[in-house]
Amino acid sequence: MSTAFDHPEYNYKVVRQFAIMTVVWGIVGMTAGVFIAAQLAFPALNFDLPWLSFGRLRPLHTNAVIFAFGGSALFATSYYIVQRTCRTRLFSDTLASFTFWGWQLVIVAAAITLPLGMTSTKEYAELEWPIDILVALVWVAYVVNFLGTVAIRKESHIYVANWFFAAFMIMIAILYIGNNLSIPVSLTKSYSIWPGTIDAMIQWWWGHNAVGFFLTAGFLGIMYYFVPKQAGRPVYSYRLSIVHFWALISIYVWAGGHHLHYSALPDWAQTAGMVMSLILLAPSWGGMINGMMTLSGAWHKLRNDPILRFLVVSLSFYGMSTFEGPMMSIKTVNALSHNTDWTIGHVHSGALGWVAMVSIGAMYHLIPLLFGRKAGDMHSIKLINVHFWLATIGTVLYIAALWVNGIMQGLMWRAVNADGTLTYSFVESVEASIPGYIVRTIGGAVFLLGMLIMAYNVYMTVRAAKKEAGNAVAAQA
Amino acid sequence: MDINDVRGLGTIFALIAFSGIIWWAYGSSRKKRFEDDAHIPFLDDEDGTPQHGDKDRSK
Repeated sequence: MSTAFDHPEYNYKVVRQFAIMTVVWGIVGMTAGVFIAAQLAFPALNFDLPWLSFGRLRPLHTNAVIFAFGGSALFATSYYIVQRTCRTRLFSDTLASFTFWGWQLVIVAAAITLPLGMTSTKEYAELEWPIDILVALVWVAYVVNFLGTVAIRKESHIYVANWFFAAFMIMIAILYIGNNLSIPVSLTKSYSIWPGTIDAMIQWWWGHNAVGFFLTAGFLGIMYYFVPKQAGRPVYSYRLSIVHFWALISIYVWAGGHHLHYSALPDWAQTAGMVMSLILLAPSWGGMINGMMTLSGAWHKLRNDPILRFLVVSLSFYGMSTFEGPMMSIKTVNALSHNTDWTIGHVHSGALGWVAMVSIGAMYHLIPLLFGRKAGDMHSIKLINVHFWLATIGTVLYIAALWVNGIMQGLMWRAVNADGTLTYSFVESVEASIPGYIVRTIGGAVFLLGMLIMAYNVYMTVRAAKKEAGNAVAAQA
Repeated sequence: MDINDVRGLGTIFALIAFSGIIWWAYGSSRKKRFEDDAHIPFLDDEDGTPQHGDKDRSK
């Protein structure tokens, strides 16, 4: 990329690279998502090819949206925020570009191996051991670079966003390595070192903290910087942010047991997972309220600033899904919701409504700035507004369809006749789900359309910025 | 001492730690400094040029 936009003090290059890839991988990952959603509605779309079957493409979708899209957004924003709030350049430019190219290599390796059926079968940790080792190396370089930057800061206090980022990257390092410990039997196949039920518990210790630390703590770091910046006022309560941070990170690690209700996991561990999940409502809402109240006295800004609207509505979805989550962790509710589409709907109200929308808002603020323009000075503000409505409508269609499907499936599966036999066969519940699958595919496609508009808007912004930079150089000469 | 004593102590420790964090965050002698810390995102220029003039915030 052009050196015309290099900042005299900070490393904006790596931030620019990750910011652009956030948009690219967002489109790739969500396209995969819309395709597999369509497969559920129209099974013929697997074309009888193993590489295009749902079982292989589903992990491709989840890995692409979580680690490629979400990961790029986190790398971009954390590298940006740590430099600006510590008022110092990144600790190492070499490590920064190693993390960028290493992470892209991981994503490409995942995109090749998963459709080929190479998988460790652990959810959100499907990648086989050689790729796991590369992930670990990149991640350690990331942690060293981030904490190294904090160590050489010129600002005495470490801003709260950096605390969230630090917690996210340290915990992910521990959990990812812990859960992926395995014995290789060949270059492309390995078996977990953890046995049976312990393996399941370790898996969901990782799985739920991929949510808690990757998709929550990291994105709260984004929230604590970009909401105040875009609103033009400091966070509502800095003291609340301190309590929020410690409460959230110390409770999330205990909640994973709720994924294993009514399983072979000991009852006390299931109950502990449930109780911790319920307690988690308090810090989650504390953070949501802290973000929302930052706008108190400035609500009018929402009327004409679609970027701020993205950020604030992402907090509403965050509040909604962090209420829904604890509710679903209650054993009796889980008896109805487990293994149904309700779970997938819940994940997407967090993933589309919270994670994607807060990232999109942050990118609209950040991308123009990285290309020498003012923060938020995108090619078209109108198109940001169009994107906002497509994203909101897409998310609502998606989650509403899966609420209906999930509750219906749960009720059909548990319905019994007077003589104790099951009222419905499983396939009847599948057939009844098809209208919901079609609506969810439409919702996902609407969300994806918004991302395509974003890509156009970003392209036009970068093109205009390059032209401006070219003119400036010509004027000097 | 069996495992349940450790669990009980763990709960008490968590309560004390949490109370300590609340006390530290909401203590009146630290009110001003946290209000200043909340302004960190605004300390540099809009284009990101760091302001080194602010001596008393330097490490």
